[in-house]
Amino acid sequence: MERIGLAPGGKTGEVLAQDIAQKFPQLVTITKATHNRLYAKVDKAALVPLCSYMKDNLDFEHVTCVGGVDWLEEKKMQVVYHITSYANKVTAELVVDLPRDQPEVDSITPLWGGANWHERETWDMFGIVFVGHPKLERLLNPAGTEVFPFRKDFVSGRRV
Amino acid sequence: MIQNGLYDFIYGIALWLMQVVAWFFNNVLSWYGFGSWLVSPGVLEFLTTLLVALVVFIVGFLVSITFIWEERKILGRLMDRRGTQVGFLGLFQNFADGLKTFIKEHIIPDEVDKQLFNLAPVLLIAMSCLMICLIPIGPDFYMANLSAGLLLVFAIFSLAPFAILMAGWSSNNKYTVMGGMRAAAQLIAYEVPILLSVAGVVVLVGSLNFMDIVAFQQENIWLVVPLFLGALVFFIGVIAEVERIPFDLPEAEAELVEGWMTEYGGFRWGLIMLSEYVRGFAACGVLVLIFLGGWAGPDFIWPEVWFLIKMFLVFALFIWVRGALMRVTTKQILGLGWTKLMPLALINLGIAIALRMGGWL
Amino acid sequence: MAEMWLNMGPQHPMTHGLWNLRVKVDGETMTEAEPVIGYLHRGWEKITENRKFTQIIPMADRLCYGASMSWSHLYCLTMENLMEVEVPERAKWIRTIVLEAQRIGSHLMWLAALGTDLGSYTVFLYPVRERELFLDLMQNLCGARMTYNYPRIGGVRNDVPANFERDFTRVLNHFEKRLTDYEALCDQSTIFRMRMEDVGYLSAEKAKNLGVTGPNLRGSGVDYDVRRDDPYEMYDQVDWKVCVEKTCDAYARYRVKMDEMRESCNIIRQCIKRMKPGAIRVKPPRTAPKGKTGWAHVEDPRGEGFMYVIGNGDDRPYRLKVRSPIFVTVSAAPEMLVGYKIADVPAIMGSVDMCLGETDR
Repeated sequence: MERIGLAPGGKTGEVLAQDIAQKFPQLVTITKATHNRLYAKVDKAALVPLCSYMKDNLDFEHVTCVGGVDWLEEKKMQVVYHITSYANKVTAELVVDLPRDQPEVDSITPLWGGANWHERETWDMFGIVFVGHPKLERLLNPAGTEVFPFRKDFVSGRRV
Repeated sequence: MIQNGLYDFIYGIALWLMQVVAWFFNNVLSWYGFGSWLVSPGVLEFLTTLLVALVVFIVGFLVSITFIWEERKILGRLMDRRGTQVGFLGLFQNFADGLKTFIKEHIIPDEVDKQLFNLAPVLLIAMSCLMICLIPIGPDFYMANLSAGLLLVFAIFSLAPFAILMAGWSSNNKYTVMGGMRAAAQLIAYEVPILLSVAGVVVLVGSLNFMDIVAFQQENIWLVVPLFLGALVFFIGVIAEVERIPFDLPEAEAELVEGWMTEYGGFRWGLIMLSEYVRGFAACGVLVLIFLGGWAGPDFIWPEVWFLIKMFLVFALFIWVRGALMRVTTKQILGLGWTKLMPLALINLGIAIALRMGGWL
Repeated sequence: MAEMWLNMGPQHPMTHGLWNLRVKVDGETMTEAEPVIGYLHRGWEKITENRKFTQIIPMADRLCYGASMSWSHLYCLTMENLMEVEVPERAKWIRTIVLEAQRIGSHLMWLAALGTDLGSYTVFLYPVRERELFLDLMQNLCGARMTYNYPRIGGVRNDVPANFERDFTRVLNHFEKRLTDYEALCDQSTIFRMRMEDVGYLSAEKAKNLGVTGPNLRGSGVDYDVRRDDPYEMYDQVDWKVCVEKTCDAYARYRVKMDEMRESCNIIRQCIKRMKPGAIRVKPPRTAPKGKTGWAHVEDPRGEGFMYVIGNGDDRPYRLKVRSPIFVTVSAAPEMLVGYKIADVPAIMGSVDMCLGETDR
């Protein structure tokens, strides 16, 4: 049976990956691309330009997920973006590395409103600051919490 | 002055009782003056009136409780479940519930306006009970036979939103205030069409007395036949009047928690709920009296039984509506009242006037 | 009336769980809205970092009580992507069947909740009655009624019981008749249409931009379904259609969910026909390499469910991130609510199908 997953006029992940690699030769590294997947490592300076480009030119309409990862031993934080294109039926995974002592990255909420609460939750849990976010306040934790509970140096079960 | 079989019957009992008491005073204590005062007509009339009121109230109360039972059973069947199960046919569930609300704690929130908060349910229950005594159940079974009984019933009906607004405001809660406001807004939507549809009846009969209305229907025809539109408008209107689904906006539990009675609990809440069914009793009673011929029916059972049968059937219709429909919003009930019910009620009034002028009825 | 903030929740009949919708009302019109969540936050993602891979499967069931199968399945799918395990074909067929049965069950629960929101207890009880049949099927399959613990990394726990196909066919035949009943009760009811149509407007652009997914997105006219556009299990092997409605209001979201139930029946029938005997499970590796990542997204009954997992070199995940569809949809609630009346809140939020277990995690 033919594969239903591909959109008739859409571009595959490989084509999109080439497009992005040409547009951002230094700051974006494409790690892997298949017909409906796209994996890239992005420098934090290039994140918002890349996302604007993806939104405006490559039909990426939907933010599936924004999540943080705390790499304690490597002394870095990661923000992992999963962005989906409804038109091309491709999901892109963008990974941004941040220094652990100053985790700051530009917010993509102005581009996609769907990232709003994801970024807010990531700040709530990891303390990663999203510059330009409209309302960076506690979401799942009660207001006034002073710790970031999903960081690896937070001991589970301890009294806050 | 009451003149009916119930009165005479109770007068006889009171007379017999008073004669026993008077004999005791006359012959044992030798208080001759007091004994003969006890059997004087004035005292006996007063006592009999009280006893008649008590009997009528108890009957109305029991019928209302049976309404609750009927609602639970029929609604249960409509929803593919069994309804109440306590006691014979589930009849005792309401008494168990009443007992439960009775032994609950009285909670008065700190921030409420205490006088009004306590006064509002009293007013509401008193108004509901007042209507029981205005509904004649049979030619020989009523409390008061006023020449403008129909008008008085509707005057009392339309007082209830006032008590609801009072309850909502005094509870000092945003939801209750909204519920009270909705009750007031809703009043405008349904009261005018109801009164217009009743006006058709009054035009045909030429009297506001329930006895006259029923007598007219016994002589001619049940008014639901010529005034079908009026009966329909009245039916929809009284559903709004007694705040049942689909018009229970003041207590819309999905958005306003419990509406204007959010802050009431325990026995106050129980009585408020009961008073709704008392109002349902009054609404069904009026509908039966003015459109369905009252106690008119074949002679093999008492007229009072006919009346009650018709009332239960009308209430079954109420229950059916509740089982099938959803709640409307304030905007929609105002639209319904003014754009649909009003013209229908006016057409109905026109039909009544035409029938009257043409001399057909 | 002056503007005021109204807290609808955390204890409010509209919320279906534990969240708080703060709305600013001018009279009864909403001018601002702000959802507040977090009352049910358990630190699910942090807990999983201290659990073995297999221990997380029953935990994933607890993410959503209404659609637990789809969450434990999503977890297993994610782990299979991480460990590069290929699932046997029969297990895939079984998974497709139980996922669609779970979708029907979840949608029935949503329809029941919508019924109470709109004030019709009948619409609550009928779907709950039919949901029982699907719970029975699931119980027959895996012994549990709500939290199944049925999918495994690399397959499913056990093969289907005797008479599985017969029972499913009977239930589906019965259910499709009942679905017509619900439509008679809802779609053909003018009041239901009045309540649901033209409220909660969410344009396609807004819906895409705000990350709304699943039936709510398709109700806004966007033709996207993960099952078709990024197929997993056996969805690319069966013949079915994606249900899309163009009107973007609460009624469109309702229609999409109702059509999806029919479509799910269709999928299950095809799967039952094409299922062949074979292995149901392969043995997965016990550990995952350190730093390796895997992710999967599925079409949960409520939208796009997503999990992202990082291996730690041992039998526990380094990080497990869950994307809950309702978490994002509820953040778009102000867009749907502002400008409508308080009375429309139950209709709008009811059409969204809230589930707080997955939202707060």
